[in-house]
Amino acid sequence: MSQTVIIANNRFGLGARPGDLDRREDPRDWLLEQLSTHAEPGPAVRALPRTPEVLAEVQTLRREQQASSGADAPDIVRRYSRAVRSHYLEQTTARYAAAAATDRPFRERLVHLWANHFAVSADKQPVPAIAGLFENEAIRPHVTGSFADLLIAAERHPAMLLYLDNAQSIGPNSTLGTRARRRGRRNPGLNENLAREILELHTLGVSGGYSQGDVVSLAEAITGWSIGGAGQRGRFAEGTPGTFEFREMIHEPGAKTVLGKRYPDAGLDQGLAILRDLATHPSTARHVCTKLVRHFVADAPPPELVDRLTATWLGNDGELGAVYADLLRAPEAWTDTDRKYKSPHDFVVSTLRALDRIPDDSRFVVNALDLMGQTPWRPGSPAGWPDTAAEWGGADSLYKRIEWSDSVARLAGKRTDPVALGDAVLGSSFSNHSRTWISRAESRVQGLTLLLASPDFQRR
Amino acid sequence: MLTRREVLKRMTAGTALAAAPGLVLANADTEARFVLVILRGAADGLAIAAAYADPHYARQRGGLALSAPGDGDGLLDLDGFFGLHPRLALVHELYGEGQVRLLHAVASPYRERSHFDGQDVLENGGSRVGALRDGWLNRALKPLGGGVGEETAIALAANTPLVLRGAQSTTSWAPSRLPGTDGDTLERLSVLYRDDAFFSERFAQAMSSQAVAGELDMGGDRRGRRGPRLLTENLRVAASFLTAAGGPRIAVVESGGWDTHANQGTVNGALANQLAALDAGLGALRSGLGQTWSHTAVAVVTEFGRTVSVNGTRGTDHGTASAALLLGGAVNGGITTDWPGLGQRALYEGRDLKPTMDLRSVFKSILSEHLETPERYVQREVFPDSNAAAPLKDLFKG
Repeated sequence: MSQTVIIANNRFGLGARPGDLDRREDPRDWLLEQLSTHAEPGPAVRALPRTPEVLAEVQTLRREQQASSGADAPDIVRRYSRAVRSHYLEQTTARYAAAAATDRPFRERLVHLWANHFAVSADKQPVPAIAGLFENEAIRPHVTGSFADLLIAAERHPAMLLYLDNAQSIGPNSTLGTRARRRGRRNPGLNENLAREILELHTLGVSGGYSQGDVVSLAEAITGWSIGGAGQRGRFAEGTPGTFEFREMIHEPGAKTVLGKRYPDAGLDQGLAILRDLATHPSTARHVCTKLVRHFVADAPPPELVDRLTATWLGNDGELGAVYADLLRAPEAWTDTDRKYKSPHDFVVSTLRALDRIPDDSRFVVNALDLMGQTPWRPGSPAGWPDTAAEWGGADSLYKRIEWSDSVARLAGKRTDPVALGDAVLGSSFSNHSRTWISRAESRVQGLTLLLASPDFQRR
Repeated sequence: MLTRREVLKRMTAGTALAAAPGLVLANADTEARFVLVILRGAADGLAIAAAYADPHYARQRGGLALSAPGDGDGLLDLDGFFGLHPRLALVHELYGEGQVRLLHAVASPYRERSHFDGQDVLENGGSRVGALRDGWLNRALKPLGGGVGEETAIALAANTPLVLRGAQSTTSWAPSRLPGTDGDTLERLSVLYRDDAFFSERFAQAMSSQAVAGELDMGGDRRGRRGPRLLTENLRVAASFLTAAGGPRIAVVESGGWDTHANQGTVNGALANQLAALDAGLGALRSGLGQTWSHTAVAVVTEFGRTVSVNGTRGTDHGTASAALLLGGAVNGGITTDWPGLGQRALYEGRDLKPTMDLRSVFKSILSEHLETPERYVQREVFPDSNAAAPLKDLFKG
């Protein structure tokens, strides 16, 4: 068993299942094939409802909650929270079942990675009810295509438009903005939130060379990017709830200049044109390639590799497939030094896979990740979860990993030979030191606890 | 088999911090302590401290108005104008001892009404959402020293809150809902981690925070201890960390559940329970700190306030200014406010208590006067873009 097989499974994939390391196929071909073949997500993901359906339901409950008064209010509040929670649990169950079972773990890792790059956080309502749908509808279909398509799909999704407040951003000189000002409303409400994060987080990066003027211009260009049923009443209530809706009457008219280029007004197409240009901007290529290298190679990304991938990005108009292929060719990605400390998410997913355990109820997983500090889809900020050992290396977090390993071992340990499992999922990255001490454990349960908490298993 | 506690004790006894008395400890006994309590969800400043003598108070507050001092379960009088919520009995007692400073009509620079953005501004210390990606309290740690394993600050939370995130090393501790791991397994893990610096260091840190926490009666499995009681518990635990040899001297405690849109209640109910938990927690913190309380300051803050009048569901909606409390043995008691009044025309946007003081004025004073961080550093690095918010001058005993 070669080191390449181990790295393909544990660094690029989501962690080996017993048997995975024995496959004869060339590991690079195996990874590349996951990108080229059409991939149906697992049954749990396919069975999920769609965003419009869920948003219509929770927004109706929200409206009842806000309209209610008197004795029935607490009950209505509870009904709303229960509905949101149940959608959240259904979607996390689907996510972790898919991750535990998939035969295309590299592709699935990319889905999680990009969902985090375009993070929506479940601490703002109604995001917890639709964060998983955002991942499946906006991210999943586009992880191997062009970055422009991925970018546009993410920015147009209702979860993003609600999370970063664009759904009700009003152009000051739009039909509605002008009318509101005439009625004496001071600030009819351009919201820069989404535009700022597009530039700072999703594309150019914070030092990518844009100005406050560019933020405002982009914010104006994407006024009107809204969703049906975005408001309680009046104009914003119109449209099919929970679907993208371009609202001409709040779109700021006129040409906009972003990064020195003038974009004539073309309604919806104006914003789309800007996003397409941003997708192939050199700052975007460098910013995003740096994140890819940090995720797959090392916390401190080797600059030469970032340079190479940036050139590939620019030479291929942001076609992600070409970038991944180059990444898989990079010798830096296949060394056993500088292994990554797993995030709590990586640790939990790889544990499920090592134990061949496909969750049908995600509460065990969600609670564990909550304790370790990485509640699914809840990074608390549009910047998403961090991706370095410095950020995940909290003392308490390690202790929680140990405690959870212990809990898991109590469930699965009696049936499992920990040394054999270590050999099966870690191969030659299972050190003699760990192997020896795990073999001396007083019980299988204790041995499995030690294996899961071991540095060997905690890194990828 | 060894008990968990024995192993923890044995392990921490072996660490450099416990073994070397000559070492400069992070929290020498006389050094200032600081606890930041963040009430998430926008705590109602007019319920924490009501301006009962404001001529518009009773009418504006309607069904949520609290009774004047002297009435049965009425407000606890401060100065003939403000009164504390009746569930804040300990805070009131401390006020009587000159250890509480009430700061009213305060707000961060944030002027919208989203919790998410409001907390971001409160914690990043800038003047707008996303202005800075790290937290002001983390930036403030740099001149205070303390590296990995000798952290100056601890978050009593599963997630390190933004206010403490950043380049400086901090530690964390949160209660577990998982059954504890036995001492024998932990001892074997210490062997397993022996040759790996990353793991052995973190394991040692975790063992020392576990050892401190283990000395407390945590009541075993803490399942169900969510909500208000968790705040009380976390403040109790904070005291232990802040007094442990070599432990941190700054702690951040978070609490949720302050977003009282419906059935807020007056002397009983949801908000009263929250305040009672805060009061009990502050009491536990004080008694846990013992002598250390005399050089401690605790700041209780929230991201913004709530509407002055009652909404249709007997609660209040997102507002602007709120109240903050600064308390502890180091604090110079009293009231600081430029009271804007509760008359309809005095309200911010016709609905909220008008902000008349920037919370950063309070934070700056805590850093420069209490923790003795150079004022220039505070101004330039911790709160850039805050020239208009001058540090308050008399918050601490000289």
